Amino acid sequence: MINKRGDGRGLTELRPMMAKVGIIPNADGSAMFAFGDTVAIAAVYGPKQLHPQHMQNPSTGILRCVYDLLSFSVYDRKRPGPSRRSQEISKVTEWALSPVLDLKGFPNQVVDVQIYIIQADAGTRTAGINAASMALAHAGLPMKDLICSVACGKLDKEVVVDLDKHEEDFKEGEGATDFPLAKFATSDEFTLMQLDGKIPPERVKEVIVAATEACKEIYEVQKKALKEVVNE
Amino acid sequence: MENEINQVNEEETEVLSSAKKRRIVIPGEIIVTGEDYLPSDGTRRVGKDILAERFGLAEEAGRVIRILPITGAFVPRRGNTVIGRIVDITFHGWLVDIDSATSGFLPIEESPRFISKNEMDQFLAIGDVVAAKIMGVKAKGIDLTMRSKGLGKLESGFTFKVSPNRVPRVIGKEGSMINLIKEKTGCSISVGQNGWIWIRGENIDAEIKARRAIEFVTEKVHIDGLTDKMEEMLNDK
Repeated sequence: MINKRGDGRGLTELRPMMAKVGIIPNADGSAMFAFGDTVAIAAVYGPKQLHPQHMQNPSTGILRCVYDLLSFSVYDRKRPGPSRRSQEISKVTEWALSPVLDLKGFPNQVVDVQIYIIQADAGTRTAGINAASMALAHAGLPMKDLICSVACGKLDKEVVVDLDKHEEDFKEGEGATDFPLAKFATSDEFTLMQLDGKIPPERVKEVIVAATEACKEIYEVQKKALKEVVNE
Repeated sequence: MENEINQVNEEETEVLSSAKKRRIVIPGEIIVTGEDYLPSDGTRRVGKDILAERFGLAEEAGRVIRILPITGAFVPRRGNTVIGRIVDITFHGWLVDIDSATSGFLPIEESPRFISKNEMDQFLAIGDVVAAKIMGVKAKGIDLTMRSKGLGKLESGFTFKVSPNRVPRVIGKEGSMINLIKEKTGCSISVGQNGWIWIRGENIDAEIKARRAIEFVTEKVHIDGLTDKMEEMLNDK
């Protein structure tokens, strides 16, 4: 039984979070979100006319996400440009965010979200989703709720929240488990659930409870950042 | 038409007068609880609660709750006066870039006087700046009109852009701010709801002064008694 982690955190303790809204003056909405050493920035442009035209939907506007790591965000330089990994994460981010957005008032239009990781220390997709959710709100788009996202995992047999790079690579015991989740901030609807590694089915519940608790903390950080934009 | 203009002004006046009852809300946040309230722009009712549907300033005007946008792109609405640039001439009218997702269309019948189809480019050529009013917003585009007071082609002078969310501040309570700037600089100024502002003065110095003044207003939105400060500033120079 362990109750302290490598960096001194408790099992369900998050890394120190930081959030800021309105960091990109040219964008219609923008935000930054950090989990410890993982820093993500997001910019929202639009609603604007969608091209290519065959993607246009006359009944609703669509959301388009781009996620990528910047070359210098990781220890070994990341070759710039889209990769299989970044395309997958762009797509799951889009799916995680679109349930809260209501773009019915913007037919044939698109909202572009660009998420870039400027420093990576595991949990980049969750930090990106948190930043993008704030940026979409900042862009003044009709939304049901905010989205909060956190990665859970397992250190041998213990369920932990918000893994860093060392913990993600933890190979002892039952091996590494990475379980990123995203949910509505004020209800229990989950919009992202991925699993990399192994976890017994009966323990998934435990992970969801831990993630729900963590999302409450994330929501407070997001809320505070959004309310501070205008209080200069 | 006249009636609509008055409504717009009233709205802006209201916004400024009830400053104390406003607070910032985020999507999904409960603004008020109670059966008596009525949800309006940017809000919805869930059970007894009124929830925010967008980020902005929540305002209680009597029983009506609504959200005033403070950030984001310009969303065209019927009755808005906008400033745009002619980007194309078609058989039936002009295409106008009004800095929104879909471009505006100004039909030939909606020009202030009769224009024959042969002389369309003599009246409004590509690149000309116009002040127009939004007649309607449809899925396929935005219909504009120039048949109203204060609309038409804006000749000489220059245009620049401010955030569309700052436009009510630039205009001020019943136009107090914009009238003050007009009076002190001697410039003709036209403000579009899309954030485009057109200025024409007697000389370039007056125009620059007017632009500086407007940009000052858009930067310092959270100061009380801004009109008085503006007056001081304009008198100094």
